[in-house]
Amino acid sequence: MDIKNGRTVKGVNFVDLRDAGDPVELAAIYAQEGADELVFLDISATEEKRKTLAELVYHVAETINIPFTVGGGISSVEDVDILLKNGADKVSINSSAVKRPELINELVAKFGSQCIVVAIDAKQIDGKWKVHLVGGKVPTEIDLFEWAQEVEERGAGEILFTSMDHDGTKNGFANETLAQLSELVNIPIIASGGAGTISHFTDTFVEGKADAALAASVFHFKEIEIQDLKKELKKEGIPVRI
Amino acid sequence: MKIVIIDYGAGNIQSIIFAIKRLGYDALLSHDAKEIQEADKVIFPGVGEASSAMAKLKSSGLHKIIPELKQPVLGICLGMQLMCHSSEEGNTQGLGIFDLDVKKFSNLVKVPQIGWNQITDLKTDLFKGIPEKSYIYLVHSFYAPLGKETIASSEYGMEYSAALKRDNFYGVQFHPEKSSDIGSMILNNFLTVI
Repeated sequence: MDIKNGRTVKGVNFVDLRDAGDPVELAAIYAQEGADELVFLDISATEEKRKTLAELVYHVAETINIPFTVGGGISSVEDVDILLKNGADKVSINSSAVKRPELINELVAKFGSQCIVVAIDAKQIDGKWKVHLVGGKVPTEIDLFEWAQEVEERGAGEILFTSMDHDGTKNGFANETLAQLSELVNIPIIASGGAGTISHFTDTFVEGKADAALAASVFHFKEIEIQDLKKELKKEGIPVRI
Repeated sequence: MKIVIIDYGAGNIQSIIFAIKRLGYDALLSHDAKEIQEADKVIFPGVGEASSAMAKLKSSGLHKIIPELKQPVLGICLGMQLMCHSSEEGNTQGLGIFDLDVKKFSNLVKVPQIGWNQITDLKTDLFKGIPEKSYIYLVHSFYAPLGKETIASSEYGMEYSAALKRDNFYGVQFHPEKSSDIGSMILNNFLTVI
């Protein structure tokens, strides 16, 4: 779920936001429908320097009984401490880790690898995957694969990889790149960006070797029912909780 | 019923408090020996690194209190691992309640294991009404091997202990507070059946 001003929104290619509801209510529905994990990304945070989602985190933790990750504008040990104390299971960091990679080590030392997710937004520029910042708006010269390896070495527990080239297109995940990432690092990779149909999910587990798949719009707008998706994945031989 | 969650500055305790609240009970967070000893049920949580968690227990004297408890005690995740004889993580000597040495997963699997996995060979009332192969949620890099105290097993590269029991002491590697309805049932069994 992308959160802006306390409401759930989902941008197409990260712009043109649409309102899809109250995050706590939506979280409860998704937990009930069989989602395995929820991710809350405060997309207003980086732009507006909003520090915490503490109150939202508290109400989500109070309501649901599945794990959830919170990200957006997290840039210090104190930020993470507040979110975890309010009931978040994991936090994800993105731009702040690129700007100061030591932050990953500091968070891992204090809270453990298991709750530190590094989100990486990347797109291809002249055939090369480059890391992007601020919700995908600002390109860097950093190579996706080199950054993924560094992130692992610094102790991150998971990588949430969003392909900016695929996000919002509903044409499927960046499976070739995901498979390369998955072979390169030995921490779980969450695939994000491009989900449009049930078979896209199957493809990202089989071809993309993803450990988990993330999607928003297709669920928010009821284009895919979670139970239908999971039944199909099970039929395709992918281990999944039903 | 008096439920006490041992407070030694480790991990995501708020989620456990909420999970117990959803079952209709209030849990008290405490590091006070008397309060812990007087509880009907004790929960020993833990997320983080073993040696620093053990150091915190020692500094508050809780490492001597916990193994002496007589009421049902449930260790969760790192809590369970600290109840073992030792852990490879930071070469930590544990509380020695379970006769097992905690080891690190090999590099043949992705470490940490983060996500849902199945539990099998379910024993004791902790798993009363829980079907074999139920899915539970785990986040860990270290594991307790199988042993005579194993009451549930799981597989990640090889089989390991998903839950342990000795006398009044129970331990689960997974997070019941995050394992959806199955997790709530297991937590409810600990609070009301055991």
